[in-house]
This record gives sequence, C-alpha cells and structure tokens, in this order.
Amino acid sequence: MNGPAPDSHDFQRVYVWEQPVRWFHWINAACIVTLGVTGWMIAHPPALMNSNEASFSYWFGSVRFVHFVAAYVLLVNFLFRLYWSVMGNKYANWRNFFPLTKAQLRQIGDVLKVDVLQFSNKPVETLGHNSMAYFTYTATGLLTIFQILTGFALYAPTSAAWLPQLFTWVTPLFGSEYNVRIFHYAALWLFVVFTIVHVYLVFYHDYVEGHGVISSIVGGWKFMEKNQMAAEQATGMSPFPWRQRRKAKPAPPATPPA
Amino acid sequence: MQSLKQLNETVPTIYEQMVSRGVDRREFLKFCAWMGAYLGLESSAAAQIAQAIETKRRLPVVWLHFQECTCCSESFIRSSHPIVADILLDKVSLDYTETLQAAAGYQAEEILQDTITKYKGEYLMLVEGSVPLAADGHYCVIAGKSALETVREVAAGAKAIIAWGNCACSGCVQAANPNPTQATPINAIIKDKPIVNVQGCPPIAEVMAGVLVHLLTFDRIPQLDSLGRPKAFYSRRVHDTCARRANYDAGLFVETFDDENARKGYCLYKVGCRGPSTYNSCSTIKWNNGTSYPIQSGHGCIGCSEAKFWDNGPFYQRLTNFPGFGIESTADKIGLTVGGVAAAGALAHAVLTNVRKADTIGEGPGEHAETAEAHHQQQQDEQK
Repeated sequence: MNGPAPDSHDFQRVYVWEQPVRWFHWINAACIVTLGVTGWMIAHPPALMNSNEASFSYWFGSVRFVHFVAAYVLLVNFLFRLYWSVMGNKYANWRNFFPLTKAQLRQIGDVLKVDVLQFSNKPVETLGHNSMAYFTYTATGLLTIFQILTGFALYAPTSAAWLPQLFTWVTPLFGSEYNVRIFHYAALWLFVVFTIVHVYLVFYHDYVEGHGVISSIVGGWKFMEKNQMAAEQATGMSPFPWRQRRKAKPAPPATPPA
Repeated sequence: MQSLKQLNETVPTIYEQMVSRGVDRREFLKFCAWMGAYLGLESSAAAQIAQAIETKRRLPVVWLHFQECTCCSESFIRSSHPIVADILLDKVSLDYTETLQAAAGYQAEEILQDTITKYKGEYLMLVEGSVPLAADGHYCVIAGKSALETVREVAAGAKAIIAWGNCACSGCVQAANPNPTQATPINAIIKDKPIVNVQGCPPIAEVMAGVLVHLLTFDRIPQLDSLGRPKAFYSRRVHDTCARRANYDAGLFVETFDDENARKGYCLYKVGCRGPSTYNSCSTIKWNNGTSYPIQSGHGCIGCSEAKFWDNGPFYQRLTNFPGFGIESTADKIGLTVGGVAAAGALAHAVLTNVRKADTIGEGPGEHAETAEAHHQQQQDEQK
C-alpha cells in the first residue's frame, strides 16, 4: 500500500448528510421508481384482460393516478431540496453543484484519472460527493426539471388545479402534445441509466475507499482516516456568513459530575 | 365597385337572403341556437347571433387556396345544415375563392384586387393550404404571383385571418419530413394579424361554421388556446369524451385489429390511437351530420388536428420513432441500448477495479477478522 501509514485506518466520524438530505434522497428515490414503473405501464399497458364490464374496473386509471400523485410528491420534494441547498450544511450547498472553481475542475480531472480510467491509485479524498459526482447530480436535477415541465404540461389539460396550469407554455415549444409525450417518455431511459451508474458507483466507492458511503445515506455519518482529514477536498462553502456564525456557537462547558 | 357602406345600403341582410332562399323563421332560429350551442355560449347568446345575422349584411371574405387538397372546402360545403354552406358563405360573402367562384382568369384576379383595395381593413382572409418557400415560391404560383406574395399582399389589409385545416395551421403532409417545397404555415409568415387556426385534416364543418358565426356575431376572434385554436372546439382531447374511454381506464385494450377485443369495442390506445394527445371535437360533434367519428368506427385517431402528425407515424404504433435517430429507432430501442451499455460498462469497470486497485482494497495490518483484536491489544500495550 503506497501512501498511508499502516496504522492510518483510525477514523474520524463526520456527520455529512443531514436528516433533510437523507429524507430527500429516499423520497426522491421512491418517487423515481414509482414514476418509472407507472410511466412504463402507461406507455406499455400490460394485457390484463377480464370479461367484466369496463365500468367494474379502473386499474389503468389507478396507475395513472399513482403516477400523478408521485409527480406532485417529486415536485415538492425537489423544491425542498433547492431550499436546503441554501439552508443546509456545506456538503448540501448549491455551490458544489456548479464546477466553476479551479479546484472543482481539477478534482473532476482527478476523479476521471483515479476512479473512472484508473490510471492512478491516489485516492481523491472527499467527505461530501466529489466534484464529478456533484456535477452528475446537477445533470440529474436538470433532467428532473425537464420531467416536471413536460409532465405537468401533459397533465394540465385534464386538471382543474392551478398548479399544472403554470406549465401550459411548454407544449407550444414542442409543437404538439404528441412530441412532449415522446420526449417525456424517452427521458425515463435516462433515469434508468442514471440509476444503474449511481448504484454501481456507491458500491464501488464503499468497496474501494471504505468510508461508509452506502450507510451514510441512511445514518448520515461518513468516516475519514484522521491523517487524511487535512487533505479532504470538500468544495463549496455557505455564501451566508450569518449561517457560519450560528454554526460556530461554542460547545457547552463541561460540568463536573455532582 | 361600391364601398362597403354603399354596398350595405343596397344589399339585403344575411337573414333577408336566407328568407329569399326559402329558409323559414323557425329554421333560422334553430340554426342560431345550434351555433350558440356549438360555440359553448349561454342560451341567451342565440338571440345575439340571430340579431347579428338579421342586421349584418356583408362580411367581405377572400378565401385563398395554396398547397392543399381542397378537403377543407369539401368538408365545409358538406355541412349538415344548408344555411352554413349555401347561404353563409357561398351566396352572401365570398368575394374570391378559386374553387367555387364563377369568374376566371383576369376577371377573377381583378375581383381580388378590388376587394382588397376597396375593403381594406374590413375583409376577412381565409386560407386553405400551406405556402412553399423553396425555389422562390415556384411550387405554388397563381396568376403569376407566388403564394408568398399573395399571402403578404392580402394579409396586409385583412381584418383577421382564419387558417383552415392542418396545411394552413402547421403544414400538414407537404410539410412532412423532408418537406421538399419548404411548405410553411400561415402563422409562420404573418405575425401582425390575428390568426385563428382551425385545425384538422379537414376541420369539422360545424367547427368551421361556428368560427365564422362567432366572428360575424361578436366582431372579434374567439378565445384561442396556446396553439391558436379556438378553445370552444379544441380545448378537450378526443380521448376525454371518447365512447371507448371507460375501456381505457379499465385497462381493456385492443391488441391487434383482428382480435376479439376489437370486436368487443375496447380502447384502441395500444394500436396507435392518437386520441390522448389530440385536441378536437370529433368525439362530441362527430362527422357527417353527427353520424360517427374514426374511433367509434373502430379506427384509431391519427391526430390530424395536431402539428406534424404525418411525422409522428406509423399511425398504428403507440410509441413511434424518436426524432433525430432515423427510421425504426423508437425511444425503447435507444433506451435499451444505452441502458445495456451502462450496465456492461459498470460490469467491466468492476472487473477493472479489482485488478487495478487490489492493493488499495486489500486488508491493511490489523484488519484481518481473526487477528484484529490481538493487533489492537498489541498497539495499546506499545502506547503504554
């Protein structure tokens, strides 16, 4: 093993993913799976035949209903995450998601060398995501926004609610609703690709680095070798100084046992 | 030629003309109530329509034909109500229309010129067909003028424009890929006039009549949707009021046109019906005097009131070719390929990782399951 000394696996425990981030992740995951499965069924209805009158059965209508409900949950959850990208800790901060600094761009290059192409074995030490990962979540966020826009545009004509009516401007951009439908459906496949790569990579990082990345999205904790903490390359800081002031409240004085 | 004011003093009103054509009062009022109902107006509006037709004499109309098949005109003159085709347009108002006018040649073109100069700002411009822009417009030339020149010239003095049918609204079949003549809809050429897109290939006759009656009655264009279509007729999908809708919600689908389900009248969604993304009145007003419409007759909707419906083929397939990826490339084929590549890539990467990072991943000193505790104890002792 090059680099770390033999006794280096002495871990510092860091609370990386706050509870709102974890809730967001799992609600989002559940929504994407639900929307993907129901969306697939809407595109390719299985031939579940029975000899009842049509009015005795409503399963396809229910599939669509579940799709619409999950879409609302996804939207609200997504808006909450945008809010938390300002209010959350530095690992949740919005600035991480835009690789604009030299350090972020360099880290993307390092990740390509170390983790993707594996020219190098020198690990990229990050406690949050690495810059490359943050950037793929930006792309996934844009994809989510695309699905929200096209999805609610498709939903609007059949809804009396005000919210879907905010999206009626989308359809003319595509020329016809049919085209919106084709693109809304095709984007499902991008979520499939994202899920394959995402799940593979968390297994990869957990296996190679041993920082507990998989359990971190359940418990919030990540583990970093103490002698690597200085090299940790978390990017992005809160842009609001008052937040840091609040965070920097002193620890309560240790009271001697009575 | 007289001015419109002079003309209105000499010409009988539309109602007077109807009476002279043998329409009785009862039939006339029925027509007004009928039009009001189609337009989705409250019942008192029938009186407004009646008053408009009784007092208004003449709305000068120029009906232009370009790249089209005349199916819009055919649909219109086959309207189930005699007042619509016979009186409302043909006898009373139509100044110029290539298909129906008696005049020909220089005489016809002279009438057109007279109309657009005398009634500048007052006449209605109706257009059937798209305008070719390729080859300097030589694909459609009438009386030595390209369609583009004529459209610009006539539109300049028009009060409003009605684009009849898919050709004039979005180019229809001649604008389908690769669109060799660069067929262009009216709303892409004229930007400074109110344009009503009366979509469909062809539009329903009653819809066409309804739009004209609305203009005649209220002197303004009807409320339009985001694609310029009158909301009264195009705000609902064919799907929403479809006779087979209950089968859709129940998940009962025709799998092929010759199966038992087709015989039972199940939903045509899986054999390519475009009803769920097509806005039209087919399933409420229906065709041929309210006789039927395609889905009722066992054929899926082809979406003829939507832009580019010819490019959204094949008509008998629900999820069709994905734009930009050539023929026979559905979103599913592309998606499965990309997904397969991602999965194979992940697998290959996993193998590579075990080869390249064997040292990093392997156990460090003191990390072996059997000896870890002893190792820890040893370190503690050393520290002491």
